Amino acid sequence: MRKGVIGTSLPRKEDVPLLTGAARFAGDVQRPGMLHAHILRSPFAHARLLSLNAGPALELPGVHAVLTQEDLPPAARAIPMRMFAQQDLEGYLQPPLAGGVVRYSGEPVAMVVADSRYEAEDAAELVEVDYSELPVVLRPDEALEEEAPRLHTGPNRAGGFRIEFGDVDRAFAEAHLVVEERLEVGRHAAVPLETRGLVAEVDELTGMLVVYGAAKIPHVNRRILARLLDRPEERIRLVELNVGGGFGARGEFYPEDFLIPFCALRLRRPVAWVEDREEHMRACNHSREQVHDVAIALAKDGRFLALRDRFLNNTGAYIRTHGLVVPGMTAALLPGPYRWSAYRCDASQVVTNKTPAGTYRAPGRYEANFVRERLIDVAAHRLRLDPVELRRRNLIARDDMPYPTGTHTDGHPVVYDSGDYALLLEKGLARFGWEEMRRWRDSAPHRGIGVGFFVEKSGIARWEYARVEVTNRGETHVYSGGASLGQGLETVLAQVAADTLGVRYDDVSVFHGDTATIPDGMGAFGSRAATLGGSAVLRGATRLRERLLELAADELEIAPEDLDLVDDAVIARGAPATRVSLSALFELARPARALGSNTQPGLSEEAYFLSEDMTFPYGLHCAAVEIDAETGGVAIERYTVAYDLGRAINPQLVEGQVVGGAAQGVAGALLEELAYDEGGQLVAGSFMDYLLPTAGEAPFVDVLITEDAPTSRNPLGAKGAGEGGTAAAGAAIANAVADALAAEPTRLPITPERVLTLAREGAR
Amino acid sequence: MKPPQFEYDDPSSIEETLTLLTQYGEDAKILAGGQSLVPLLNFRLARPDRLIDINNVRELDYLRVEDGMLRIGALTRHSALERSSELGERVPLLRDAVRLVGHVQIRNRGTVGGSVAHADPAAELPVALTALSARFHARSSRGSRLLRADELFVTHLTTALEPDELLTEIEVPLPAPGTRHGFVEFSRRHGDFALGGAAVLLESGPDGSCRHAAIALLAAASTPLRASGAEQFLVGQRFNERVAAEAAERAVGDINPTGDIHGSSNYRRGLVKAMVRRALVQADSGAKEAA
Repeated sequence: MRKGVIGTSLPRKEDVPLLTGAARFAGDVQRPGMLHAHILRSPFAHARLLSLNAGPALELPGVHAVLTQEDLPPAARAIPMRMFAQQDLEGYLQPPLAGGVVRYSGEPVAMVVADSRYEAEDAAELVEVDYSELPVVLRPDEALEEEAPRLHTGPNRAGGFRIEFGDVDRAFAEAHLVVEERLEVGRHAAVPLETRGLVAEVDELTGMLVVYGAAKIPHVNRRILARLLDRPEERIRLVELNVGGGFGARGEFYPEDFLIPFCALRLRRPVAWVEDREEHMRACNHSREQVHDVAIALAKDGRFLALRDRFLNNTGAYIRTHGLVVPGMTAALLPGPYRWSAYRCDASQVVTNKTPAGTYRAPGRYEANFVRERLIDVAAHRLRLDPVELRRRNLIARDDMPYPTGTHTDGHPVVYDSGDYALLLEKGLARFGWEEMRRWRDSAPHRGIGVGFFVEKSGIARWEYARVEVTNRGETHVYSGGASLGQGLETVLAQVAADTLGVRYDDVSVFHGDTATIPDGMGAFGSRAATLGGSAVLRGATRLRERLLELAADELEIAPEDLDLVDDAVIARGAPATRVSLSALFELARPARALGSNTQPGLSEEAYFLSEDMTFPYGLHCAAVEIDAETGGVAIERYTVAYDLGRAINPQLVEGQVVGGAAQGVAGALLEELAYDEGGQLVAGSFMDYLLPTAGEAPFVDVLITEDAPTSRNPLGAKGAGEGGTAAAGAAIANAVADALAAEPTRLPITPERVLTLAREGAR
Repeated sequence: MKPPQFEYDDPSSIEETLTLLTQYGEDAKILAGGQSLVPLLNFRLARPDRLIDINNVRELDYLRVEDGMLRIGALTRHSALERSSELGERVPLLRDAVRLVGHVQIRNRGTVGGSVAHADPAAELPVALTALSARFHARSSRGSRLLRADELFVTHLTTALEPDELLTEIEVPLPAPGTRHGFVEFSRRHGDFALGGAAVLLESGPDGSCRHAAIALLAAASTPLRASGAEQFLVGQRFNERVAAEAAERAVGDINPTGDIHGSSNYRRGLVKAMVRRALVQADSGAKEAA
């Protein structure tokens, strides 16, 4: 590899279209004769749907159709799971439109299609729906009670599992100290600034169903859509536009992802739907809501003996595409960076009358890290040990790598690939200025410092597709099965291609998210796009470079090993005037010529990369907070994230990922909560009450990137960068607040009122 | 989030507006800066048959000092208050309050009259104007009248304005020279409606004791609220921390704020108390700076 491409903070390829206004989002798409859809949603959290009369709505001028469940084909009864699927969860899947029962406020009941969104919304008010309200259950623990209202045919515990190793009961019986707490994480959500949006049309010239506005996983969603429409995959084209944020929620297959294309097919007219914020808050996946009853057994010297947890994940009214991902990730990564001789975790996926939940940046880990790291601080307080020292004594050692944790995800064992946790701890504390901040803490009341250590996972769904081509102009085109949600995929893949081939970064263009030009791909989630997508590009580019050198060798009559590829030509080493340009090589590779000389035509190399396993980056969040004892306000004095990801392809992009991730994680700890009233109505349903952080609230985040533990599980040595900024933010903030108040917060978010309650009642 | 259908008028004079209000008042809403009304329309929580857009009524857009009185036309934007150096010198309480209204985009668009007529007890301007003993001009085809804050603000989002009346002007008596002020609020995010706050004016006699005090509470009740018990307590007192704490205690003695997901009634009462104390301290420290 060449110096100065991989590992350099090159400017983002994505920025020029975004900054010049050339970028196109779903809301920008205009097609001739385009109609507008509006989804009529249930106003009740749980009700029987007695009757629905669309007649009066259809009489309104400009209205073209009102779809109800009766209009849907049999293949479209339920949206399938795509990950961590389990057969016993199938009775809990969501239909695109509700049938006999609605199970959350906001559930789609009918779809109105009209000439404009205004007319569609007017018409939706005229659809007559008779509901008979049913009792509502909102908390996962209450949903498991015998007399709780049941949502589906099966029990409210839709699924679950146990992960266990070692003799947990014995460890607890023999422990010097047992600490046990009920710890809860509040429901919050990804809330990307661009809401979802889709435009679907049938291209009457080709018969192709085209859907604009795909995100995250275009090929997977095409597969699901094809199945629900009972239509061949190759007759469907999904096109990704510029996307304004995803964070796990945007791009999953939702009811609307079926309804809009279905309607376009049925009406033979383009149909557009842009989610508004009010419906986004009730329709798009929520996340995070968990209740843990968790305990640690410790030896006298602070050694961790065993970890025991029983937790409920409130997945809302239905199982959506993620199946058991969130509880699965929680249970698999709860042990974190520490050695445990025994572990038992009982995970339950519980349905309630809230919006269905899925993944949100660091799914399951944000929750697990809060639970484990919070409990470790409680244990340290009981042992009168420094919380950092207690961690230090229990970290997995570098020499123990690769380290089988004894847990598994989706039946696959979790084996940490590489890491020097102790080193990262010291580097992170030094960067934060731990000793200095200790003095700061001691110099005034109501100040606290805290840490959260995390082990992340990256590169789930282990394969990716790439195609690397040289064009007739001698430029390089990269086609990736990955997707862009704004994270800088094009930049990173161009860096890998330029570095591997030897061409100029500026001469590389990256294409993604169009199922017409890319045969298959897995998309962007779980911090996978750069590591797996980059590895596929690396592989394709390596092969293409070999072919370019061979082709040039024939032409120049010089052995390939005496040639080099520099910028836009293959040159003879030591005699750069002896050269053949890439555009000339393209002409040599045209079929007529190539086939005649018995070589492979075209300058295009396809590659699939399959990783042997996930990779496990890790890091430390450090927070210093000052509390206003009268208002309960929490001010963040200093915030540092230290993150080892093996190799940073573009350090500035990594830093951006960490800063943005930390803003979201801190907000989940202090601000954001999807509060419901007793009737199951979302009270925090707009940006007045759902408190996204602004520049005024997001702390300045100092980022330390280290590269002490590259992975051997991909040729780049890189681990995913997307989620570490979020992963332990709840833990670090809660521990800093605990330190400031000398009290033990047990629930996120820590609102001002909870701060005051803790200060008053919670003194330890 | 699209509004239901409505009729639309855009009069260009007060007279024209009053004629429209006489004709349609019951079914019409005045559209000024639109910072509260437009979201309500989009949520379909407000469904007026008609909007009377007064943004072309230029004669309602002014800010001037005359006869010991600051006169603010109802269509004056928040940002005009924010940028007026005369306002900053003569009525600094109002300048400090307006800076805390929403975000810069909201202040560029939102109007003083709109904020007053919307009557949100958590809004900054109604509270500051209440502390300043402002008076409110209402006009209709039937005539005009002048209301005090306690007459105008009836309850949450409700004023005493009749359907055919237009709020045209707010007049603010200029505080006596040497009057100190404080405006403090607490919100969970920058620019949000505050969970509690207070506006304070203090005027001292030659011996340094308090001659006149005005305290108005934000988000403490269904309207902006003068804390008259605390005001009376302060008169004749020499200022110190203990006096401020006692005044704050008295200010919230009778209040029962409405709780919501951001804070219970009990929390908000304590918060308002803290805000009153801080506003008093701020006013006092302003005096020390001036001295």
